[in-house]
Amino acid sequence: MSRRGRPITSPPRIVAIPAVIALLFLGLPIVGLLLRAPWSNLGAVLTSRTSLDALRLSLVTATAATMVAFVIGVPLAWMLARAQFPGRRLARALVTVPLVLPPVVGGIALLLAFGRRGIVGQYFESCCGVTLAFTTPGVVVAEAFVAMPFLIITVEGALRVLDARVEEAAATLGAGRLTIFRRVTLPLLAPALVAGGVLTFARALGEFGATITFAGNLPGVTQTLPLAVYVGLEGDPSEAVALSLILLAVSVGALVLLRDRWLRTGASA
Amino acid sequence: MTRAMPVPSVPGGRAPAETFGLSGRIGVEREGFSLDVALDVEPGEVVGVLGPNGAGKSTLLRAICGLVPLTHGRIMLGDAVLDDPEADVMMPVNRRGIGVVFQEYRLFEHVSVLDNVAFGPRSAGSSRAAARLVAHPWLDRLGLADLAQRKPSQLSGGQAQRVALARALACNPMALLLDEPLAALDASTRLEVRSELRDHLRDFAGPTIVVTHDAIDALVLADRIVVIEDGLITQQGQALEVARRPATDYVARLLGLNLLRGHAIDGEVTVDGGGLLHVADRSVFGGVLVAIRPNAILLHADRPDGSARNVWTGTVDGIEVIGDRVRVTVVGPPTVMVDVTSGAIAELHLARGDRVWLSAKATELEVYRG
Amino acid sequence: MNSSASFHLFGWRPSRGSARRPHSRLARSALGIVLAPLLLGGCAAHSVQPAAGSITGSIAGSITVFAASSLKGAFATIGAQFEAAHPGVKVIFNFGPSSGLATQIAQGAPVDVFAAASTKTMDSVIADGEVKAASTFAANSMEIATPAHPTRSVTSLADLAGAAIKVAICQQDVPCGAAALTLFSQNRIRVTPVTQELDVKAVLTKVQLGEVDAGIVYVTDVKAAKGAVIGIQIPAADNVTTTYPIAPITNSTNGSTAQAFVDYVLSDAGKNVLRAAGFLSP
Repeated sequence: MSRRGRPITSPPRIVAIPAVIALLFLGLPIVGLLLRAPWSNLGAVLTSRTSLDALRLSLVTATAATMVAFVIGVPLAWMLARAQFPGRRLARALVTVPLVLPPVVGGIALLLAFGRRGIVGQYFESCCGVTLAFTTPGVVVAEAFVAMPFLIITVEGALRVLDARVEEAAATLGAGRLTIFRRVTLPLLAPALVAGGVLTFARALGEFGATITFAGNLPGVTQTLPLAVYVGLEGDPSEAVALSLILLAVSVGALVLLRDRWLRTGASA
Repeated sequence: MTRAMPVPSVPGGRAPAETFGLSGRIGVEREGFSLDVALDVEPGEVVGVLGPNGAGKSTLLRAICGLVPLTHGRIMLGDAVLDDPEADVMMPVNRRGIGVVFQEYRLFEHVSVLDNVAFGPRSAGSSRAAARLVAHPWLDRLGLADLAQRKPSQLSGGQAQRVALARALACNPMALLLDEPLAALDASTRLEVRSELRDHLRDFAGPTIVVTHDAIDALVLADRIVVIEDGLITQQGQALEVARRPATDYVARLLGLNLLRGHAIDGEVTVDGGGLLHVADRSVFGGVLVAIRPNAILLHADRPDGSARNVWTGTVDGIEVIGDRVRVTVVGPPTVMVDVTSGAIAELHLARGDRVWLSAKATELEVYRG
Repeated sequence: MNSSASFHLFGWRPSRGSARRPHSRLARSALGIVLAPLLLGGCAAHSVQPAAGSITGSIAGSITVFAASSLKGAFATIGAQFEAAHPGVKVIFNFGPSSGLATQIAQGAPVDVFAAASTKTMDSVIADGEVKAASTFAANSMEIATPAHPTRSVTSLADLAGAAIKVAICQQDVPCGAAALTLFSQNRIRVTPVTQELDVKAVLTKVQLGEVDAGIVYVTDVKAAKGAVIGIQIPAADNVTTTYPIAPITNSTNGSTAQAFVDYVLSDAGKNVLRAAGFLSP
């Protein structure tokens, strides 16, 4: 064994053992999925109506949920990080609730708020004929509910450690609050925004419990990929495995794509 | 967003408009800290604010530019009230038209040098192209034209400092504040940047305040010096006066410099009033100021041997105890103050009227045009 | 007692060693975890071993019963009665959609008795070899459940075809869902449900919450809901009936108790409970 060349800060070799166990623990199920996939049948399954509907629906709703998270989540993160207002601690705790709530419970809570008999939802139908349950927008609501906290927490954390001194300099140069946020803070936040966005998208894509409880399960309307996988498990397990492959591929693809762009932004900064 | 008429600092630019002076009483009260300073800076004047750490120099600047609200007092720029707690008036930071150069420069890392300098005009509403048009002459003026497309991370310390200055000036500010502008530079860069900075500050038509802890910086850059200790002014006046007659221990230690006027040719300075000194810097010529720190001069009973190129004799004219050392004034020519330990005084049995010998290395003498 | 690790399509079965040798069982489980990835060729063989505790053995210990969701109330009662009749015996239930339960059994879940809501599901379990033979113990027919305070009026099966009526059914692979679809096609009504829930209790919940105007559930579900929903009966001539089979799992670790439970369900005592819950005789 060479005694030279390894920095003192690198971990001792024995750490590799539990590390490899962790890697196997996480990796073997994925390997199992890949090895047991019905490769010969894959084409037929993946191009079936069910699969394509579920894939399209999943991508559309997860993207929409992520956009919702950005539009209302980033301002909340900004307020939580920088504004002084009564009940700020309560607001911050509230943001973490969807993270610890079992998704099905989240779904029930959404029904009780926005369902037909919900505290707010009951007025949707009478005033505007709008229902959220059992609709595609309902899926977006369910996914945004469970996934948005990821974005808020990531962005709030980044804002807290952001060096406000550069923002002070911008103010002395004549920039008002909104201009500072737009032209100085946001660019500095870019890595956190991307990382938070990726997490949010991935979480929204994989959501099951809240979706089925709040939005129901109807192919083409509310049956996202995870729901299709579960349903497939009851009918034809090999179809379920094939659909799982799609989910795996889409998730990994999204992660790889976005990480690239993040790295590019980081390098040019 | 409206401002009072801007002060043009670009030569050959618009005809000079009105300039305003900065004046006021800056009172900031915080837990464990208080600042109470009355200040007046004329347009075109450069005031150097000196003081130990924690004295309140940075707070003073932050209060004037609006990052810290006053607890009591009032700040005015011309007739405009910037901050008046009693009248509940406070102009926000971004409306004051006061340019600031921060100690760590605080450049925007994600945009180019050009866009950094163009930031001010852009925030005022100009389009990107128009703002860049305004920025270019400033880059030229500060010798940054070649660096326009670089990112701040690719700049040296001296370059970054100039970008910070250009960025502040591009806003056409009515007053300029600089917080330890040379602190982050190494010794050799500091020399060069300091003289350049002096020229730029001379050209700026509005009032300027420079905060520094370095005596020479203050002497070179400022017309007038204000010393702040523990939140209060302990001395102010023309730079040379303060240096010659320090009012407190701190000032004495910091600024108690020997400053001699003279004429330099090729490393030899003929001192006004008598004496010849050898300096290491041979490039400076003409009317100069020679600065010698009192602890750089050695006191001897007899003529010393050794390599010091400056050796002269004189009589002891005054002995003063300052803190843990003793300052001896010796009439040469040239007349200088020499710091010695009290032990040395005892050993040499020094008394007024005694004849002594002085030596100083040429490298210990700082000479600059003045 | 011999046992061996075996492999199946989706997993592997933990070695069914005797309860008297826990340590070797654990060791074999650990070995199985390490060996599993190496043997991904997937032997489809499974070992058939004589049930530990023979059929004539004592009724003791605990058993796990997988039962269709619609059996929840009735089986809970039967379980309590069985435990009372045999002190010290514990009956653990896992209720869910029959098809989902069948999949779990195929994946090697530890179970002793299976009661399904459709013969089709039980047939698939028999085909897998988990069960030798099943006995039918009850039958159920469908009913329309409506919210206690309905916003829209639903009085018959035909009303479900209305455009503004929101209908929930089970998804088609679940017996209740298949029954609903048969119900619609056999009565020639075109119904577009707004959701296909994962099991019948979920349909009931949606009706209860008022999120849908009607749901197709079993007669027993409406009865068990006790007024939380209003049931609209479907005439027998139009209705669909499903039969419920029950069987002990071949490789049960407590075969004697499992068989005793099945016998109890088929007995008069069990039949009484089922009838009271609204089930029909098979």
